[in-house]
Amino acid sequence: MKSRIVIILLLSTVVIFWLEAAPARAVESGLPKTGTIGAVAPSTGEAKICTAELRQMSRSGKPPLTAGVNVPRPPKGKGEVCVADTDYMRRFHMDLLAHQRDDTVREGIRTKRFSLKECIACHVVNGPDAQPVTYDNPNHFCRVCHDYTGVKIRCFECHASRPPLGLRSTLPPQGGDAKALARYLKDVEQ
Amino acid sequence: MSGGRPATGARRGGGNATSSRRDFLRGAGAFTVTLAAGVTLMAYGETPAAARQPGEPVTSKQRWGLLIDVSRCGDGCTACVTACAEENGWKQGGNPLTDAQWIRKVTIRNPKNGVTRSAPVMCQHCADPPCVDVCPTGASFKRADGIVLVDKHTCIGCRYCMLACPYKARSFVHEPLQDQKPYAPRGKGTVESCTMCVHRVDTGRIPACVEACSATGNGAMLFGDLNDPGSEISKRVAQYPTSQIRADLGLDPGVRYRNL
Amino acid sequence: MQRTVYTELRPGIGFASLLALLGAAIAAGLGAALYMEKYGHIVTGMNNQIAWGLPHVFAVFLIVSASGVLNVASLASVFERAAYKPLARLSGLLAIALLAGGLAVLVLDLGRPDRLIVAMTTYNFKSIFAWNIFLYTGFMAIVAGYLFVQMSRGMERYVKPVGWLAFVWRLALTTGTGSIFGWLVARQGYDAAIMAPLFVAMSLSFGLAVFILFVLVTCAAAGREFGADLLVRLARLLGIFAGAVLYFTAVQHLTALYAAEHGGVERFILLDGGLYTGLFWGGQVVLGGLLPMALVYLPATGRSRIAVLFASVLVVLGGLAQIYVIIIGGQAYPLVLFPGMEESSSFQDGVVASYMPSLPELLLGLGGVALALTIAVIGMRVLRFLPATLGDAADEPRRERAASAGS
Repeated sequence: MKSRIVIILLLSTVVIFWLEAAPARAVESGLPKTGTIGAVAPSTGEAKICTAELRQMSRSGKPPLTAGVNVPRPPKGKGEVCVADTDYMRRFHMDLLAHQRDDTVREGIRTKRFSLKECIACHVVNGPDAQPVTYDNPNHFCRVCHDYTGVKIRCFECHASRPPLGLRSTLPPQGGDAKALARYLKDVEQ
Repeated sequence: MSGGRPATGARRGGGNATSSRRDFLRGAGAFTVTLAAGVTLMAYGETPAAARQPGEPVTSKQRWGLLIDVSRCGDGCTACVTACAEENGWKQGGNPLTDAQWIRKVTIRNPKNGVTRSAPVMCQHCADPPCVDVCPTGASFKRADGIVLVDKHTCIGCRYCMLACPYKARSFVHEPLQDQKPYAPRGKGTVESCTMCVHRVDTGRIPACVEACSATGNGAMLFGDLNDPGSEISKRVAQYPTSQIRADLGLDPGVRYRNL
Repeated sequence: MQRTVYTELRPGIGFASLLALLGAAIAAGLGAALYMEKYGHIVTGMNNQIAWGLPHVFAVFLIVSASGVLNVASLASVFERAAYKPLARLSGLLAIALLAGGLAVLVLDLGRPDRLIVAMTTYNFKSIFAWNIFLYTGFMAIVAGYLFVQMSRGMERYVKPVGWLAFVWRLALTTGTGSIFGWLVARQGYDAAIMAPLFVAMSLSFGLAVFILFVLVTCAAAGREFGADLLVRLARLLGIFAGAVLYFTAVQHLTALYAAEHGGVERFILLDGGLYTGLFWGGQVVLGGLLPMALVYLPATGRSRIAVLFASVLVVLGGLAQIYVIIIGGQAYPLVLFPGMEESSSFQDGVVASYMPSLPELLLGLGGVALALTIAVIGMRVLRFLPATLGDAADEPRRERAASAGS
């Protein structure tokens, strides 16, 4: 009797650890490879069920089954897509942030793709005075979802929640003006 | 960088044409950054080969250090302090007891003969930092390239490192902050100190204080790689006698002083 | 063989009003902590020169006393002094209560108390602070186990081994607390190996003083007898421990005085530090050491309950003064960057730092004390910690046994 309990406990522990590592596995497998921006992230088995509903939501803009509930509608960012698929980012952006910050702070790895400043520059929301809003404003990109879910984030106690002054007025140029491009990229690099 | 239209032009309409413009921006950016970095490094005596690519982790192949020639340091000059405050966004004034100060000018007076000189003192980026030893969570850490930093994601604000630092380099943020500089995040309840402008160093530039000092014409501060025998700082450290503050503690700081 | 009878505290209006008072103090402490967390430490008197202030004085005092208060139980279990056996359970309860109060103050004073989980899961094992986290929480678990084996039937044979474990752990904990300061090479006032044994002696002295205060007041309030013989034993012990603290303090300062390097800070503490000099000589040496020793050893006062109570209060006050001088005096003396030179800057180099404790800090510290007392009082109400009587008559069989064994 005792040995059966021990075996069940051991098996449960193994299963729990395997399940706990699932998000990490999903993050690794789901992340698009470098240079293939815009490619759809392959869904892992567990995310498939939610992904379909999420995809429907993002395409039509209307919640399929949850009509009447005040679901958050975060404003679209500047570019066409984010560094990864929208469903992927919805599910895993916190893991990317937590992992990447250690890479940057401890290892000095600063890539433009996963730069927090880049995220903020793209996901900027302008207030009535045409200036980007800070985290105090409920219309800030992060606040739209985080207020709804009730998950308090403390990033902006230290990090600036809107792009620096120089970048705010410099939008990505249309067409192919190389000088404007160079200026824009130099600003972004800071 | 040549002018003209991009090779893969931006197409109108939808579909998957979006990758082309971003790809071009990316390539152009990489070219500009590498060129700028190379130019900056060469101007300060570093070889481009020693520069690290942005996506690579730091290694101990480089050890960043500062050499400060106290005889060239102007008595009333605080250009380095002002530049650091501007670059990293810490205000001076208001509450001198609780305001953060990452770098300060210390006036040293010999009581026997009244001889006075001044020198800037900041985090000395020790090779064996006591602040790293005492931090309970490991938030105070030394990067592989010798820069001592505080990981503010892990700092619990216990202030033990402030007690441990022999140079009084660390400050505690006593109040909520607004409008931080995007490349120098700092927040209430965590400890901070000179980062040797790590956001600049990582992109091949030099710390703001060194830049400001050379702009004044005094040229008292020099930044470079102590591990590279060909760098300007290594040559000078080999040529002249230099000292470290509280060298008796055996911490081997990366900040060296000359004519102290 | 007479068994000690333990009974819970009786409820009543006195009990309820005491809890209400303590509850108000805890609420004030929590309010102060929330205020500090919301507006930042600028609302306190702590600054970049004095980073650890009044809350840390309270916290270190409570933690050091927690370790020392268990000494009474160690005397019973480890050193087999049967006279202290009836007090062992109370000693364990007070140890847990005081440690909980001290840790609460320490944690609530952090700049980011919301990161307590980070502090409990991410460790830098080169830091004595990190080791202390394990020592403190382990101490709580071990003392809880110690109480369990003392209070359960059929577990008598485990009392001695667990008692030994608690004793050794206690010494490690106090050594770790002293080493927080002793291992700081940077400051003139710290960086001394003797901090560890000094803190052990301090824990014995302050812990016993707190214990005597607590047990005398509780017995008087609960109407339980407290024997004169036991009183004299505890009082004499307090005298020895207070003397030990004076000894280690003397060794610390004499050694530092011998080194020219430490001349500045010694002059500051012993001679011209103003408040710190006053607290050292008046508070630590006279009130915390010489006067209590005189009170307990002089025949005129040695057997008087009031005198022993007074001596304990003096030891506690002297202990607070000592910790204030160590923590805040050690930070007030300026760091020496350029030996032999006068330094000045915009960052308070070369000047003695000024520190004015603020109300939030005081409320937080007192809140921790109130928390400790609340845990102890509720514990005595709910479980059987306090002996029904500690009178000499109850102790008679043990004394007869000891007398016949000796002859």
